[in-house]
Amino acid sequence: MADGTTKTRKKQWWRYRWMYLMMLPGIIYLIINNYIPMAGLIIAFKKIDFRKGILQSPWNGLNNFKYLFATKDAFIITRNTILYNLAFIVLITVTSVAVAIMLAEINNKLALSLFQGSLLIPYIVSYVVVSYLGFAFMGSSGFLNKTVLPALGLDPVNWYLETGPWIFILPLVNNWKNIGYASVIYMATIVGFDSSIYEAASIDGASYWQKVTRLTIPLLKPTIITMVMLSIGRIFYSDFGLFYQVPQNSGAILATTNVIDTYVYRGLLERSDVAMSSAAGFYQAIVGFIVVFAANKLVQKISPEDALF
Amino acid sequence: MKKLKAYKVIILICLILLSLAAVVPFILLVISSLTEEATLMRNGYSFFPEVWSTAAYAYLFEHSSQIFRAYGISIFVTVVGTAAGLLITLLLAYPLADPEMPGRKVINFLLFFTMLFNGGLVPTYIMYTSYFGMKNNILSLIIPNLLVKAFYVILARSYFQNSIPKEIMESARIDGAGEIRIFKDIVFPLSKPIVTTLLLFIGLGYWNDWNNGLVYLTDPKLYSIQNVLNDMIRSIQFLSTNSGVISTTTLPSNGVRMAIAVVCTLPVLIAYPFLQKGFVKGIVMGGVKG
Repeated sequence: MADGTTKTRKKQWWRYRWMYLMMLPGIIYLIINNYIPMAGLIIAFKKIDFRKGILQSPWNGLNNFKYLFATKDAFIITRNTILYNLAFIVLITVTSVAVAIMLAEINNKLALSLFQGSLLIPYIVSYVVVSYLGFAFMGSSGFLNKTVLPALGLDPVNWYLETGPWIFILPLVNNWKNIGYASVIYMATIVGFDSSIYEAASIDGASYWQKVTRLTIPLLKPTIITMVMLSIGRIFYSDFGLFYQVPQNSGAILATTNVIDTYVYRGLLERSDVAMSSAAGFYQAIVGFIVVFAANKLVQKISPEDALF
Repeated sequence: MKKLKAYKVIILICLILLSLAAVVPFILLVISSLTEEATLMRNGYSFFPEVWSTAAYAYLFEHSSQIFRAYGISIFVTVVGTAAGLLITLLLAYPLADPEMPGRKVINFLLFFTMLFNGGLVPTYIMYTSYFGMKNNILSLIIPNLLVKAFYVILARSYFQNSIPKEIMESARIDGAGEIRIFKDIVFPLSKPIVTTLLLFIGLGYWNDWNNGLVYLTDPKLYSIQNVLNDMIRSIQFLSTNSGVISTTTLPSNGVRMAIAVVCTLPVLIAYPFLQKGFVKGIVMGGVKG
């Protein structure tokens, strides 16, 4: 009997042999690109010696972490990463829901595609190009310094050397770049709503504003909660391009622009401080994983089909 | 009844302003690339320059060897990366859509786990440079992180699961067609929507990528157009913080930099109106998980 089942199982595997062959390149890629680096996280506990490689380098206990958390940087990058992400989540949710609700009122197809198309343009360009756009506005002879500020009677600002303005610039740029994408998702949900409830509300004499606040927003709630939870799951990660390119890697404003991702990059490739960099990377991977896991558990409860697992 | 309601007017005004805000920075970029250099230095970046000039573009075409080379590398990387990435993604997704394949659960988990946890930059960098020779290798613009993304595999898998009738594959199997032939001749031609979506997103990802070049390349000969742009803005930064240390003549003027940024974005902006519909569909398809 047992012999029979192993035989059929074997047969089953054999029947799928071509399927396994098809998957092989993808699986090999995932092992190399994703799984080996996971194992490579152990370098955070080593005194890395490039000549000896990851495995042969001597162990260093928790020293890398001790060094990292003894610096001010550990606190600054954690604070910046989390606070910026929170600001981004609030701002993008409010604005993209508003834009989606407005777009849903546009019945003219051409107008709709013009609005939607324009709002999506920032999303399809790279952050290098965005840093050029930023430079045209904020450079020493940029539009702000040469046209806007003089018109308001203000002195020019050295945008790339002043820490203060960045707590507003970064959320603004992030919102500018991503509002199109987020509003497409919300709008797709709104378009799917049953129009008969809206007709019924109109017959009952509901105003437009009442329909938005009493129907659209409550109906959008599950989507909003899911999107927010998924973003909260990523709260320990940030968009490297936004924080590296837009401030143009300026050292003077790190207090308000440095996040974990940029810190890890600079440690590895600019300061050759692999110890700190690998410790910060390990810290991000572990805490990041816990947060993603918890956030997804919550999404699973609220809206199972949107959860990652 | 016929007159436009007040709220509609407010909505229209808001949307017009927001759309302008999205587009205006690009207009400033284009105009500054068409502004005479002296005017640009004197009056700053402006929407209404005193003196227009195409000198930046003329300069670009005269000194175009690096730009053309970088452009060629961008095109090569985008074409090869997108084709290879798409193929590997589809080949991984298609078997996973079969609910009876043994081992399916394990592979699905391995795939999905990569979205929750990753080793990050340091181990990835050390692995690719010390064991795969990726430092200053053109393959570094194609392979690390960009080639196959779990999210795209999952999108393709659910397309195969939900949009391709099982009966067609079954009858082909009964007729004695092999799995690879079924995929090639039956499934693939029925998968146009997902293929278009993936082509768009993977292709855009490659064209826009500068991250791999930043990490793995130090040799400017291998730079993609994005890396050339990235390199130039660094030198502006260097100039503004160390003014006077190096002579400005060795660096292209502001107008030229802006012109290169325009040339780099142009293919995307020209293709965009034709792709917009597919792009919006793709975002909706990816839904909230994007």
